Amino acid sequence: MWSYAFRRVLMTIPTLLVVITVCYLMLHATPGGPFDGERKVSEAVLANLQAKYHLDMPLWQQYLYYLKSLLSGDLGASFRYADWSVNDLVAKALPVSATIGGGSLLISLVIGVGLGIVSALRQNSLVDYLVMLIGNIGSAFPSFVIGPVLIMVFAIWLGVAPAGGWNDFDVRYMLLPMALLTFINVSTIGRVMRGSLIEVLNSNFIRTARAKGLPLSTIVFRHALKPALLPVVSVLGPLAISSITAAVVTESVFSIPGIGKLIVNGAANRDYTLVLGLVVLVTVVAVVLNLLVDLAYALLDPKIRY
Amino acid sequence: MSILQVKDLGVRFATLDGQVQAVNGVSFDLARGQTLGIVGESGSGKSQSVLAMMGLLAKNGQASGEALYQGKNLLTMTPRELNRIRGDRVSMIFQDPMTSLNPYLTVERQMTEVLQLHKGMSRKEAKKRAIELLEAVRIPDAARRIDMYPHEFSGGMRQRVMIAMALLCEPEVLIADEPTTALDVTVQAQILALLKDLQRDFGTAIIMITHDLGVVAGLCDRVMVMYGGRVMEQGPADSIFYQPSHPYTIGLLGALPRLDHDGDELMSIPGNPPNMANMPKGCPFSERCGHASERCASELPALIPGGHRADVLRACHKPAEQLIPTMHKEVARA
Amino acid sequence: MLFQRKQSALAAVLDGAVAAAPVEGRSPWVDARHRFLRNKAAVASLVILTLITLACIVGPLVLPNAFDGTDWDAMSVAPTLKGGHWFGTDELGRDLLVRSLIGGRISLMVGLMATIASVTIGIVWGATAGFFGGKVDSLMMRLVDMMYAVPYLLIAILMVTLLGREFYLVVLTITVFSWMDMARVVRGQTLSIRSKEFIEAARAIGVPTRQLIFRHVVPNLLGIVVIYTTVTVPGVILTESVLSFLGLGVQEPMTSWGVLIEDGAGVMETTPWILLFPAGLLSLTLYCANYVGDGLRDALDPKDR
Repeated sequence: MWSYAFRRVLMTIPTLLVVITVCYLMLHATPGGPFDGERKVSEAVLANLQAKYHLDMPLWQQYLYYLKSLLSGDLGASFRYADWSVNDLVAKALPVSATIGGGSLLISLVIGVGLGIVSALRQNSLVDYLVMLIGNIGSAFPSFVIGPVLIMVFAIWLGVAPAGGWNDFDVRYMLLPMALLTFINVSTIGRVMRGSLIEVLNSNFIRTARAKGLPLSTIVFRHALKPALLPVVSVLGPLAISSITAAVVTESVFSIPGIGKLIVNGAANRDYTLVLGLVVLVTVVAVVLNLLVDLAYALLDPKIRY
Repeated sequence: MSILQVKDLGVRFATLDGQVQAVNGVSFDLARGQTLGIVGESGSGKSQSVLAMMGLLAKNGQASGEALYQGKNLLTMTPRELNRIRGDRVSMIFQDPMTSLNPYLTVERQMTEVLQLHKGMSRKEAKKRAIELLEAVRIPDAARRIDMYPHEFSGGMRQRVMIAMALLCEPEVLIADEPTTALDVTVQAQILALLKDLQRDFGTAIIMITHDLGVVAGLCDRVMVMYGGRVMEQGPADSIFYQPSHPYTIGLLGALPRLDHDGDELMSIPGNPPNMANMPKGCPFSERCGHASERCASELPALIPGGHRADVLRACHKPAEQLIPTMHKEVARA
Repeated sequence: MLFQRKQSALAAVLDGAVAAAPVEGRSPWVDARHRFLRNKAAVASLVILTLITLACIVGPLVLPNAFDGTDWDAMSVAPTLKGGHWFGTDELGRDLLVRSLIGGRISLMVGLMATIASVTIGIVWGATAGFFGGKVDSLMMRLVDMMYAVPYLLIAILMVTLLGREFYLVVLTITVFSWMDMARVVRGQTLSIRSKEFIEAARAIGVPTRQLIFRHVVPNLLGIVVIYTTVTVPGVILTESVLSFLGLGVQEPMTSWGVLIEDGAGVMETTPWILLFPAGLLSLTLYCANYVGDGLRDALDPKDR
């Protein structure tokens, strides 16, 4: 197990290196970009850029300096806001995004797995139709359509929650955005859990368990749950990636000052260095999430040899 | 006295093509310590018959008739009542040992849970007993291997685990659904010998389902031959082997390789097994039978005592006396 | 040995594994079309998709309003059958029906082009990896794995920020992150075809590699390629819409469904139709595309046969 984990951790390094290098080079090659000598920028920004990116050096040295500062946890300087480093901006935005994104992922795991179990055990029941309906809506309607509809119904017509904005972790402002993210995640998790549990319950070893006279609860929770969870775990990696997309959209729909909003604003303002810093940060998060998912899978499945 | 009495057992499945009757009119008595062989091709209904008794039919399956265990009908029990008998008094081993054990639980967990459930043992006691059983089925180093996962065992070893698991509660009836089909020939012989020994030691009655007449010959007291969901012939094993009185049984024996004949050519039964969704009106075997008359195609023969022996039941319009003399010729060609 | 052979012969006999009567041969494609046409939901979806596409192409040509022209007499009017603004107008008095159709043109066009591009890349990448196998394969697939682990939307945002938001640059950006599914599937299929007997047989009698690929491997890939192409289309359209919604897609005065939805979301309190019509069209398109994809998969997938 430990050697597998070690190898798997090592494998993330090339991924990160490639992404960072490609993004960095893209940034440098862009005409009119921050490193373009003909561009006029304010004194303060130029000084910041000089300090962070060592613009007076050859490209490869700049790159090495950049890597070095990344390793020490410094994401660079903002191109627009002379007084702010990317780290400062992240420090304010990350807790917001992590609360909404992480919170809704945990909630949707519980709800999705629960609904999936019930609907697999009672096919064609009300819960089963609900899971299929949520799955259908979630796979057909994009988040930026569901989001405004949620606002329209719950904020404008019913008035039970604010339509958007953020007020220092006030729960009322988290309600709708988290509901949206949870809905999207449940639509995937519920569907996968239902399908995999039905398949497992039809397998030969469940027939053996029934032949042993075990009650249904033991069969489901001791014998079927673990194998049925494996597909759910393996879908968590892609789900984490698509959650990042959904989070960017959600923060945009509900005007939430998280990483997603920061990056969209940065892109609109052509704040290249900010976007680069954020892309690197989120890539690291995504790669680490994928790593955790793979390790969890290895822990669950005794057949994976280390 | 009989421990299991099956009367007019039937199984039907609701499929997209309508109702399919997979098993029809199966009846037998099983006495303590006795072995019944159920023989037939795949699709003959032999597996579905026993799955019905165990309440293990697929969701679209429906059983009819009676299967009385100590006078109580297994087919009409509530799941709770049935669960008290399954795995305790009546247990089962399956054809495919590679998929019949849970790959995500250790052998120890899968065995001890049976004893904890039915015998109320603590996990520790249960483990001790489980190791004894694994030793009884001759798994080397059982005390250490019990903590392993199924994929760490070979196919033959896994089937031994299955057998040990089925015998944990010393059941009165053991149903073995093609227990050796998926195994190598040498392992097959070992498993069969093992079952024989265990039957002697535990006094268990066995229902042995197989398409391999060689298995039947070595193990069974009584034999039931099934085809197309119906019983063709049933009776004592020696009568079925030495005086087969049904054209299908004769055909099966013709297809059996024998070491005492040096011939290299095997007789096969011409044609294909019948399509269950579209059975002939008369005898299911009539389409492939060399003795079939018009009557066979239109009228279902009843399962009645044969003219040659009263303890043999056969379902054929042609009298047994007319078939038995010819059998020597047909078998001799094998 | 003899015993064992006889044993298995016996098992074969008893299993009824006697040579099955040959079933009348039908081309798998005729078969698949037959199965697809029986699937009512898929056929209906295909019809709706075709209608939407035709409307987007023909509509702006025959409708009286221009997509960027202002109707000074009708600003923010609700949908009505009278007055010619069937979908209503936005706050600048622009006809929403024409705008939705023009937006659809862009969305579908981006979808079509990015799909063609990413499908091509995916096939070439996957087939190359699968055909050569070994080191080449593992290196090429390592890159695919990497791409999966990357939060593609953010890199796409970075790309459109750097490269600009020209139509073809948006297509390029989307393509970069849409070819991996196809590559994976084609590689798997190629690997399995490569090890099949008929390929070995063709090799053994000296069929040249080029002919081998085009005569034997490519036709066997077609089914899976068709299926995954239909899966790629809605994904690509969705990515374009997300970018546009975030204000990072095509630029004014050009528009797309994502842009219209973003506009609409800003004013949905007072004029909800500006949101609902483009959102409805986009959702309907995605929904139907998914159904057509499912229908094709059921029709072509040999597993359920």
